[in-house]
Amino acid sequence: MELRDELKYTASHEWVKEEGDQVVIGLTDYAQSELGDLVFVNLPQEGDEVTKGEAFADVESVKAVSDVYSPVTGVVSEINEELMDAPEMINESPYDAWLVKVSQVTETEDLMSAEEYGESVEKENE
Amino acid sequence: MGKYTPNGENERREMLEVIGAGALEELFSDIPSQVRAGELEGLPEGASELEVMRRMKKTADKNRVFPTVFRGAGAYRHYIPAMVKNVISKENFQTAYTPYQAEISQGILQSIFEYQTMICDITGMDVSNASVYDGASAAAEAVSMCRERKRNKALVSAAVNPYAVETIKTYCFGNGMELEIVPVRDGVTDTGYIRDHMDESVACVLIQSPNYYGNIERAEEAGEIAHAGGAKFIMSVNPISLGVLKSPGELGADIAVGEGQPLGLPLSFGGPYLGFMACREKLMRKLPGRIVGQTEDHKGRTGYVLTLQAREQHIRREKASSNICSNQALCALAAGVYLSVMGNEGLKKAAVQCMSKAHYLAEGLESIGFTVENKGEFFHEFVTASSKDSDEALRRLEDAGILGGYPLGDGRLLWCCTELNTREEMDKVIGILKEV
Amino acid sequence: MLIFEKSRKGRGCDVLPECDVKTVLPSDANMRKEELHLPEVSEPEISRHYSELARKSHGVNDGFYPLGSCTMKYNPRVNEEAASLCGFTDIHPLQPEETVQGCMEVLKTAEAYLCEITGMDNMTFQPAAGAHGEFTGLLLMKAYHESRNDGGRRKIIVPDSAHGTNPASAAMAEYSVVTVPSGEDGCVDIEKLKEAAGDDVAGIMLTNPNTLGLFDRNILEITEIIHGCGGLCYYDGANLNAVMGITRPGDMGFDIVHLNLHKTFSTPHGGGGPGSGPVGCKKFLSEFLPSFLVKGEDKLTFEKPSRSIGEVKSFYGNFTVVVKALTYILTLGREGIKDAAENAVLNANYMMAKLKDIYPMACRGFCMHEFVMSLSQLKKETGMTAMDIAKGLLDHGIHPPTMYFPLIVDEALMAEPTETESKETIDEAAAVFRELFETARTSPELLHQAPVKTLVTRLDEVKAARHPVLRYR
Repeated sequence: MELRDELKYTASHEWVKEEGDQVVIGLTDYAQSELGDLVFVNLPQEGDEVTKGEAFADVESVKAVSDVYSPVTGVVSEINEELMDAPEMINESPYDAWLVKVSQVTETEDLMSAEEYGESVEKENE
Repeated sequence: MGKYTPNGENERREMLEVIGAGALEELFSDIPSQVRAGELEGLPEGASELEVMRRMKKTADKNRVFPTVFRGAGAYRHYIPAMVKNVISKENFQTAYTPYQAEISQGILQSIFEYQTMICDITGMDVSNASVYDGASAAAEAVSMCRERKRNKALVSAAVNPYAVETIKTYCFGNGMELEIVPVRDGVTDTGYIRDHMDESVACVLIQSPNYYGNIERAEEAGEIAHAGGAKFIMSVNPISLGVLKSPGELGADIAVGEGQPLGLPLSFGGPYLGFMACREKLMRKLPGRIVGQTEDHKGRTGYVLTLQAREQHIRREKASSNICSNQALCALAAGVYLSVMGNEGLKKAAVQCMSKAHYLAEGLESIGFTVENKGEFFHEFVTASSKDSDEALRRLEDAGILGGYPLGDGRLLWCCTELNTREEMDKVIGILKEV
Repeated sequence: MLIFEKSRKGRGCDVLPECDVKTVLPSDANMRKEELHLPEVSEPEISRHYSELARKSHGVNDGFYPLGSCTMKYNPRVNEEAASLCGFTDIHPLQPEETVQGCMEVLKTAEAYLCEITGMDNMTFQPAAGAHGEFTGLLLMKAYHESRNDGGRRKIIVPDSAHGTNPASAAMAEYSVVTVPSGEDGCVDIEKLKEAAGDDVAGIMLTNPNTLGLFDRNILEITEIIHGCGGLCYYDGANLNAVMGITRPGDMGFDIVHLNLHKTFSTPHGGGGPGSGPVGCKKFLSEFLPSFLVKGEDKLTFEKPSRSIGEVKSFYGNFTVVVKALTYILTLGREGIKDAAENAVLNANYMMAKLKDIYPMACRGFCMHEFVMSLSQLKKETGMTAMDIAKGLLDHGIHPPTMYFPLIVDEALMAEPTETESKETIDEAAAVFRELFETARTSPELLHQAPVKTLVTRLDEVKAARHPVLRYR
């Protein structure tokens, strides 16, 4: 399982990166390996509000669909349109295949460091 | 000996031994005694095959089969090629479940893929599902699939088949969508009304063409108004008419639906029929129901599977856009066979004959004093008004073995002709009604 | 090869005569311009094409078909014979009532018999399938609560073992779904149910026996709890085959039921449909039913229920499917109906007994008409999954059990042999199941390749979903 030190993580397996006044959100390597081959990504629209702890997108594999939860409250400023045609990017390169960028962030949940997240995944698997 | 249960007393005893139960009764010990049913006295004793067939035949004989039918209004009597009946009675097609196990279901999956292609072709759409229950529920599903967070209202023409309107109403009662009925003017949808009532809450506009009264709608205009207001445009169509009339695709529709019964299915007192549903590619993932896709196996051989399943209830559960599971697969197969047998020329021929004969009958009825209400172009249905007693007129026709037009009230009758109606039959109708 | 690939310009069938009246065409503005691309194929080729497709399909008569929760029993041929009588097939749904007395008699008789079997008072045949019936039943609930100015009830309770259609149907009726967990014994956790029950609950949806194949022995307590909080109880009839003639949903305390005539009452499934999902209810809900009820004795009439929810589709439902179900009930009679349920349960228990020493079962004790195996242990030890075993069965001509359902059982295989299978068939099938288990342990790579004897091997579903090809071009 690949982890990147410069990122922060959620317990629901999203990664978070601060980029100026925006927050970039994606799925972790662990998440993509658990989900298997992804076949479609349902993303919100630009301008949609997202709320901390609530689902804002979902990802589909052949036999399952899983919600993606927002670690922040804010407004979607950009979506990764490339994923619409190539959801496999999440499987191939999860830390480059961001889902959305959120701005006007008013609230952020407690995030984990790479090390803390790695430990929490290990615990989950015990 | 039980009916259709092969195991006799001896086998049952052996089986119970293996199970480790003293008696059959033990297997049911979880059922509380308070809820155990006594003898179901309301049920008859079992009967032999011959007795049952005699009884069913007797029941069927209490119905009256009209050799000649001039009634449509949502259910249409067409010629059904022998091939259609032959194919759908093949037991592998008839008795299989939904093709979950693709490796042993390539025949059914391929037939659905072919059906989807044909529906796309006649409607001018990009994507078709594997069928829904019937035309009315297809219309209701189409309305539901247009719903967006901020768009919650459907504008539905009053000239859509009343069963479809009522079904949409019921679905909206369920899901909380708002429904507004667009009035009819001179037998067609009042497009001015649509224009005046378009706003940002409108999710879709639904019209039927040819409409309930047989009239060909100003569909392009309705579609343009819908799109200008940011709403989707749904068209309900008669599949036979698509042999000669512009397709929903040509008319700018986003979703095409309809009653597929005319494509090789008998009248059967209203069912089973076939709801077809097709849409533009951008709406693909909102389309409800099963969809078959092409892919390949490990050795690179072409094969077919149920696909885009994450849209569906068994995966998305309460977030699915529809709960549909079983559909009308065997009826879709019939439609596929029908369209294969008819081909391009056959479908055109059927459509032209439907239209031509309806006009012949309309002229004939006008010549004996009926007024044809259809002002513009109509396909194979039309409405007459008359000062004649319509009940009496229908009764006279029935006496001659003819099911006449469907009474709409106030002496108005909704007539339908198909390729099955001969000139002789129509002349007979005109002759009988002349005397009324 | 697709039928389109067999198409050659100019070929076709000669079906219709020339038009015997003057030809009338649409105006240019309404005339179709887009070319049609239907197949142009001769009749012998079409005939052969569909025979080939039939050969590539697996029906109930092609082998054992223990697909859990789908009740793939034998489809008696006499049902088809009765349903194809022209006195049924050639009847227009909008004929005058006096000319369709036979059709109305079918509906009335089927209503009476199925109400007797379920303990309901009235039944509508309009819903075309089980899921359609669920939606209809929930609308009855909604209409009922609203009629009592109690429309604020927004929740439907559904156990975690429920069919996927239950929550999806609830959502279509704008209800939010509250999931109650199953207890250790596989039945509804009564304490959790009590916590969920309240004055915001519209009702519960339950199938009994449940999807683990267990009869919930607390059923009376469950329905009492729901009634106690003002909710209604909905019975999902998918599993009625286990208990018909033995116990009735109405007596268990249910207010609404749907049946799947294409499962329990032996009408064929047609490769996905048409089914029929009639909805029955207790008297106090009859006024809300959709469509019409048939009334009268000598002269039958259609009567619209006074506060009907409207229509859920056109006309009176999948009528000829009802004819088939009625033929089945008349053939079996009261003793045959019960005998079918008993044998269904006997066969399931027998098959389970033949397998349970090696296949871990999701529950202990006897089962009803179906049982659930869990292959999670096997997966841990060998990497072989429920899918691998299922695919191995295909090479033996056996249709696999339902896979990965219910969701609460890891690596689940759910088997429902039905009553129409003989002991010998089950013996043979059990031997195959055992052999596959052995193969999974000794040579998993073989099983992972399966199926190899089918026309195609495992298909690439990821490719199909990522880059959908949904029609021939």
